[in-house]
Amino acid sequence: MNKNVSRRSFVTGATGVGAFAALAGLAGCNQKKDDGGQKASGEKKKKLTMVTDTGGVNDQSFNQSAWEGMTELKDKNGWDVSYLESKQDSDYATNLDKAVDAESDLVWGVGFAMADATLKAAKDNPNTQFAIIDNGNESQVSNFTGVMFRAQEPSFVVGYIAARTTKTGKVGFVGGISSALIDQFEYGYRGGVAYANKEKGTNVEVSAQYAESFSDAAKGKAIANSMYSDGCDVVFHAAGGVGTGVIEAAKDANKLAIGVDRDQAYLAPENVLTSALKRVNVAIVEISEKILKDGQKGGTTVSLGASEDAVGIAEDHHLMGEDTYKAATDLLDKIKAGSVVPPASKDDLDKYVKSLS
Amino acid sequence: MSTLTKIMRKPITSAIVAIFVGLLVASIILVVAGYDPISSFEALIGGMVGKPKYISNVIIKATPLLFTGIAVAFAFRVGLFNIGAEGQYIVGTILAVIVGYSLDLPPVLQIPVVVLVGTAGGAGIGAIIGWLKAQFGINEVITSIMFNWISLYLCNFVVSLPQFHQPNSTSSYSINESGYTTLFYGMKNSEDGAEAIRNIPVIGDAIMRTDVNIGIFVAIIAAIFIGWLLMRTKVGYEMRAVGFNRDAAQFTGINVKKNLTLCMAISGALCGLAGALTITGIAPHSIATLAAFENNGFNGLSVAFIANCNPVACIPASFLFAGLLYGGQTVQQTVGAPSEIINIVIGTIVFFMALGGVIPMLADRLDHKRAQKAKEEEAKLAAQVSDASDPSQEEANNAH
Repeated sequence: MNKNVSRRSFVTGATGVGAFAALAGLAGCNQKKDDGGQKASGEKKKKLTMVTDTGGVNDQSFNQSAWEGMTELKDKNGWDVSYLESKQDSDYATNLDKAVDAESDLVWGVGFAMADATLKAAKDNPNTQFAIIDNGNESQVSNFTGVMFRAQEPSFVVGYIAARTTKTGKVGFVGGISSALIDQFEYGYRGGVAYANKEKGTNVEVSAQYAESFSDAAKGKAIANSMYSDGCDVVFHAAGGVGTGVIEAAKDANKLAIGVDRDQAYLAPENVLTSALKRVNVAIVEISEKILKDGQKGGTTVSLGASEDAVGIAEDHHLMGEDTYKAATDLLDKIKAGSVVPPASKDDLDKYVKSLS
Repeated sequence: MSTLTKIMRKPITSAIVAIFVGLLVASIILVVAGYDPISSFEALIGGMVGKPKYISNVIIKATPLLFTGIAVAFAFRVGLFNIGAEGQYIVGTILAVIVGYSLDLPPVLQIPVVVLVGTAGGAGIGAIIGWLKAQFGINEVITSIMFNWISLYLCNFVVSLPQFHQPNSTSSYSINESGYTTLFYGMKNSEDGAEAIRNIPVIGDAIMRTDVNIGIFVAIIAAIFIGWLLMRTKVGYEMRAVGFNRDAAQFTGINVKKNLTLCMAISGALCGLAGALTITGIAPHSIATLAAFENNGFNGLSVAFIANCNPVACIPASFLFAGLLYGGQTVQQTVGAPSEIINIVIGTIVFFMALGGVIPMLADRLDHKRAQKAKEEEAKLAAQVSDASDPSQEEANNAH
């Protein structure tokens, strides 16, 4: 027994020492490489840091998409990019502060939960540029850029697809936490259904429900289940993590669901009809380049939509057929051209429906 | 006992060896994952103590961990495992927000009211758990885990109520400013005051840019008070007796049921206090929909066990833990290691801290071995002596 222990501890010790020696060597190599790179480039590289909300960088949603945009900037322009993950709401301020300390030229806040913290950081650090995804810049702070998506545009198109695909004449919508942001999705979607009803002379109904959460997948599943058993056969969600529950319910009931933000077909290839895309990566690349290359100086709210290619629908369309897909892309082109303007709020929708009839 | 084993028995040796071995194993993990451990640790240390404001942030992050750490340590000494610190903390935050937002009294009244209500909330949950344990023998681990979930969903429910929900956000309204326990809050928000703070050498930046608040002072006082309560008072004596042996305590006339309930109430009160002081002290002064636990309570478990359940030792333990958590984010930023790797690294260090007790045991073993060796040698010597006298005996035997 005694001998066993000592032998084991010897082996551990030896491994440790060996590994330590190896890593010391490794560290040496790395440092040399870094120095070389710095000298070769000569001028100072642009530095960008993004701070995620509590979803983290692998959230399968907009944080991940934002990071994809950042890495694209790195590959394209050779800029120095990094990220900081927030674990709690109180991390936003300290993470933004660390991003500034790292001498970032541009700091991105991802998600509207970070709006207040990012705005405050911008006020405290007037020499650093800040930008935020999914929130406007109402206070006109000059080093702060708000980025909003016209989410009603892809929602309108998926609403149109849903109305053309449904066999029961009933489609559903599951929202996250009720807010102006999610209203864009709901009323855009309703607008798209109304548009299809007009075009095809159908009478597809929309039932909508909110989970009051962006993370409670179980609740999403429960809501979607009741919608499916209520006769809906297509359900669109704009609810972050809640949506994975919606898609799961679609899989169980063998009905259809529509994804959001990213192409979510991989979650259930035979049940995700399409996805309303919000290309956060495109926004990150576009706005970062405007600020750091063209010297645009914040103080504004940038609105991105179909005409900037920042929103769209998923390319995969094996569940809806060629005709519907063709009609949907035509509709998207009309939105780009401005001949169709999707509604983004309840009032907009009322006006829009009146204009149709 | 040699000097080596004497040194090994000192608690500080255990801690240092544990940290060192933890870092070594963590380096191996980093190398395997493809990151440079030396620059990682540089970033870690730099992110913890690189600037006065980082130290300030570490202290701020350590505050709730210290409270929950003491709470867990205290309950453990009485023989209860309070895994519900998380839920009691959340209840503290919920009640602090409800009261802090609804009432707007002058600060002298507002602050105590908000803090006390939060504390009472935590104490209430703790008392229910303790009472169920005392009265019906229901295991406190089960009830307190269930209360964690109840608290989490209660938080989400309160955030979703129209009177508390801040529109277009995932959080509640902030509490009224009269309830803030952030230090120099008024000064920071006036031009002259901010200027004056910025001009303070060295720590000016730390005060201006972090939510310096009274929490840590309260926490340290609480740690010392709980240590005193346990070791120097009749109440503490009774509680420890219950912790050592419930039946024996009962037999000597100690009211075990009362002590179990009281202990959990105090433990819960500490967690509730942590929650309330977080709300009053740190921006955004509000609660938000929780997707998962924020781990203020669960990290308290680690803090308590690193400190070997000694309330006063929780003070350095909480600073170490908060430092690792806060500095870890810098590793992510500068080296690019994903947070999962950093969590593994932190976990490894804590794991070896928890194994600290092994060192004194090794010392015992060494001593034991040495003693055995000495005995063996003695025996050999004795044998040699007898060998030397043998021939004559053999001769004598042969002669027979």
